[in-house]
Amino acid sequence: MADPGGGAVCNGTLHNQSASDCHRGNCWKNGVVKESQQNGNSNFYKPFVESFEEAPLHVMVFTYLGYGIGTLFGYLRDFLRNSGIEKCNAAVEREEQKDFVPLYQNFENFYTRNLYMRIRDNWNRPICSAPGAVFDVMERVTDDYNWTFRFTGRIIKDVINMGSYNFLGLAAKYDESMRTVKEVLETYGLGVGSTRQEMGTLDKHKELEDLVAKFLNVEAAMVFGMGFATNSMNIPALVGKGCLILSDELNHASLVLGARLSGATIRIFKHNNMQSLEKLLRDAVIYGQPRTRRAWKKILILVEGIYSMEGSIVRLPDIVALKKKYKAYLYIDEAHSIGSVGPTGRGVVEFFGIDPRDIDVLMGTFTKSFGAAGGYLAGRKDLVDYLRTHSHSAAYATSMSPPVAEQIIRVMKLIMGLDGTTKGLQRVQQLAKNTRYFRQRLSQMGFIVYGNEESPVVPLLLYMPAKVAAFARHLLERKIGVVVVGFPATPLAEARARFCVSAAHTREMLDTVLEALDEMGDLLDVKYSRNRKSARPELYDEMSFELED
Amino acid sequence: MATVAEQWVLVEMVQALYEAPAYHLILEGILILWIIRLLFSKTYKLQERSDLTLKEKEELIEEWQPEPLVPPVSKDHPALNYNIVSGPPSHNIVVNGKECINFASFNFLGLLDNPRLKAAALASLKKYGVGTCGPRGFYGTFDVHLDLEDRLAKFMKTEEAIIYSYGFATIASAIPAYSKRGDIVFVDKAACFAIQKGLQASRSDIKLFNHNDMDDLERLLKEQEIEDQKNPRKARVTRRFIIVEGLYMNTGTVCPLPELVKLKYKYKARIFLEESLSFGVLGEHGRGVTEHFGINRLSGQGYCFSASLPPLLAAAAIEALNIMEENPGIFAVLKEKCKRIHKALQGIPGLKVVGESISPALHLQLEETTGCRERDVKLLQEIVTQCMDRGIALTQARYLEKEEKYLPPPSIRVVVTVEQTEEDLEKAASTISEVAQTVLL
Repeated sequence: MADPGGGAVCNGTLHNQSASDCHRGNCWKNGVVKESQQNGNSNFYKPFVESFEEAPLHVMVFTYLGYGIGTLFGYLRDFLRNSGIEKCNAAVEREEQKDFVPLYQNFENFYTRNLYMRIRDNWNRPICSAPGAVFDVMERVTDDYNWTFRFTGRIIKDVINMGSYNFLGLAAKYDESMRTVKEVLETYGLGVGSTRQEMGTLDKHKELEDLVAKFLNVEAAMVFGMGFATNSMNIPALVGKGCLILSDELNHASLVLGARLSGATIRIFKHNNMQSLEKLLRDAVIYGQPRTRRAWKKILILVEGIYSMEGSIVRLPDIVALKKKYKAYLYIDEAHSIGSVGPTGRGVVEFFGIDPRDIDVLMGTFTKSFGAAGGYLAGRKDLVDYLRTHSHSAAYATSMSPPVAEQIIRVMKLIMGLDGTTKGLQRVQQLAKNTRYFRQRLSQMGFIVYGNEESPVVPLLLYMPAKVAAFARHLLERKIGVVVVGFPATPLAEARARFCVSAAHTREMLDTVLEALDEMGDLLDVKYSRNRKSARPELYDEMSFELED
Repeated sequence: MATVAEQWVLVEMVQALYEAPAYHLILEGILILWIIRLLFSKTYKLQERSDLTLKEKEELIEEWQPEPLVPPVSKDHPALNYNIVSGPPSHNIVVNGKECINFASFNFLGLLDNPRLKAAALASLKKYGVGTCGPRGFYGTFDVHLDLEDRLAKFMKTEEAIIYSYGFATIASAIPAYSKRGDIVFVDKAACFAIQKGLQASRSDIKLFNHNDMDDLERLLKEQEIEDQKNPRKARVTRRFIIVEGLYMNTGTVCPLPELVKLKYKYKARIFLEESLSFGVLGEHGRGVTEHFGINRLSGQGYCFSASLPPLLAAAAIEALNIMEENPGIFAVLKEKCKRIHKALQGIPGLKVVGESISPALHLQLEETTGCRERDVKLLQEIVTQCMDRGIALTQARYLEKEEKYLPPPSIRVVVTVEQTEEDLEKAASTISEVAQTVLL
């Protein structure tokens, strides 16, 4: 069994947490997790398989060439528009304000006007059903090359949804299991009309917070109405001037905004690269603040559980070891990983078998796996108490709506098995199976797929902007809804399609999608991978020739 | 032939060397020697980096102790002893086990408990479930969102509207979307925290003017104009914004919009109007402060990086707009009630009313402070607790004391809603009066 330098292990069982589990009242000992511990299959010791294959050279050349041609045409069109030869469709200033300084400088919008506008129909597609495994997309057409859209009134029904963050398949239209949500809506209404510190704390919020703390195995938790705001409003409360933030290269906009608003010094380490992080930590502790040489007040490491654009999983055991050695604090944003990885769906902390008490601040959102809205912050009791008093959100923002809170409570009880069934656990396992199957088939077909083999976020690289548009449009014609992402969310030359596997996808749905992708790949020639794996790995995997006991 | 030519050139060169003046040769020789020396000397290193040995570095790492992640919070911090509401925060609210009349939740039009809203939300719940599972760009746009945006645009008589899923985030994201580094923003000193955070994120130049003081603002605008004339090229590309609130949350006053519009056209600045309190309150049809003053609006757009609003909340909002449109008389009723309570609360010994008579969110501040903010807060808390014991639910206005730029003085927040009857208003005024007398005198 490969040992990625994590720690001392001899017989493959996790000895650091089995004893502490019992008195925390958690059922880990009876069920799947215990079996995996006995087999020594915990991911702490499994090799970390991530791949970020580079594209062949000709692909990069053509991609940049494509952007170059687009830019040239952009200049041409701008010239035509400015000289009045072509009609301009962009938003125009009102007559009385014509001599005001323009709101958008021409250059800032160049990319939007000339490149994004051409393929704009692939984003903001409105739907009119619940975002489950299949959904209904509203058909829209454009008469003026994507400047304005018009709804034809027709609805494309039963489109397979590979784009929404619906990892456990819980976003669906109403059924009997949502009865409690209906009841709460009828009793409590929808709004709260006040902030947490004033009159906005309902008993429902208290119930939810206790449940979240139990779910994550920590002392206390606090919930907020919006996931983005959870980061941007609480990081400034935790660190300030004189502190250091070490943030991963590819962190989400909310983490970046929170870090900037806090006023602390920010240093960036290469994505998931432990050497880069260690070097920054050493330099920070040894040399202190840049010119005064005073020691830093605190060092906070900001990482995410699963990175949504790369599909990579953070190297948590290494980071925890580093953090302990250099006495830094760790803030992990589990927006995509809570509920979707880990044997019982408790996120990357469980995935690696790490004690949640080692992580200082656990943050996550309820939008993705729980089918609701909002975010949480969890950790020790003194941390949560401090946040209740000093968080910007607690003092100024309205609290979470009661039916949304009830939905989260219901889903959490389902996943924890508190409703008496194993349906939640089945969903988590189904998601893991679907993820592995989908990723394996994609790499067998020869696509370049980024990320960790266990992450349910699957980015498939397309590189050229024109292929991106063709890919999304063709797949919609075949009734498959995918999400494509380009610049500025990804690097300029690495546009990609991003699939979100869900537990609600059946094997047939995945097969339909994979067939379509296969044909698309041949049609558009996007099968760039040079490591096409054979469909029969047993033939070359040496390990299987030895006699296992 | 070539060698002869070469030799001939060489001879010429040697001759030139002999014929050159001495100082020229000496200078060239010195220069050549200097170059050789530079090529072979060691590169200049920063001495500091190589000073510490490995052992010293390890020691430094061992010795360093960071501050604790969070400083300890005292057990009787008011925010830790928060009020817990059991059940819905409607007109009759159950706070900490006591039944009270609700004067603390922002429920101006009494829509929190409205059955039509609940029915609309329920229909949406049945069709869409709860969450949207994605941002607006990635299949998170539902037809309900588009409907709501349409209706809002029509209601407010603007070209387009856009919705965010979190009130605080709306203004805090909209400001940095338009105003970037290098732009100039003129803000009222009493602007709420969300605006302050939006300005911090935008990195623009901030110029504060005294609350509702148009002369102060004009002075600042004039100064800026003089600056512009010194540097017209820069002035052509710096955008100017004036940010005000329709109804200020911290003071309960309305902004003088007509004067602002005059200033806007005179000095060519754009106005950002934050209407979280005045929407649905001011104006004949509830369209906010522009209707109140009879002014037209301008258009705006924005961008969102976060999951969209749950559709059941959007459906409820549409229904609320429906109610507001069908029933414009409700705003006059609200105005009446505001005026009534404003009058009733005047003259309470020890407390003064802060806010205009048409504002549904008033503040009650101490007439004379004890000098220490903590003691003021404790006195007000005593008043609030006793009022709750007698059946009137009130709350103190909460701020993050260390984070606000211009911290307002401690106050009790009084919120008026259309659901409160005459008796409720009378009861509230008399209860507060009695309690204030016992506590303060």
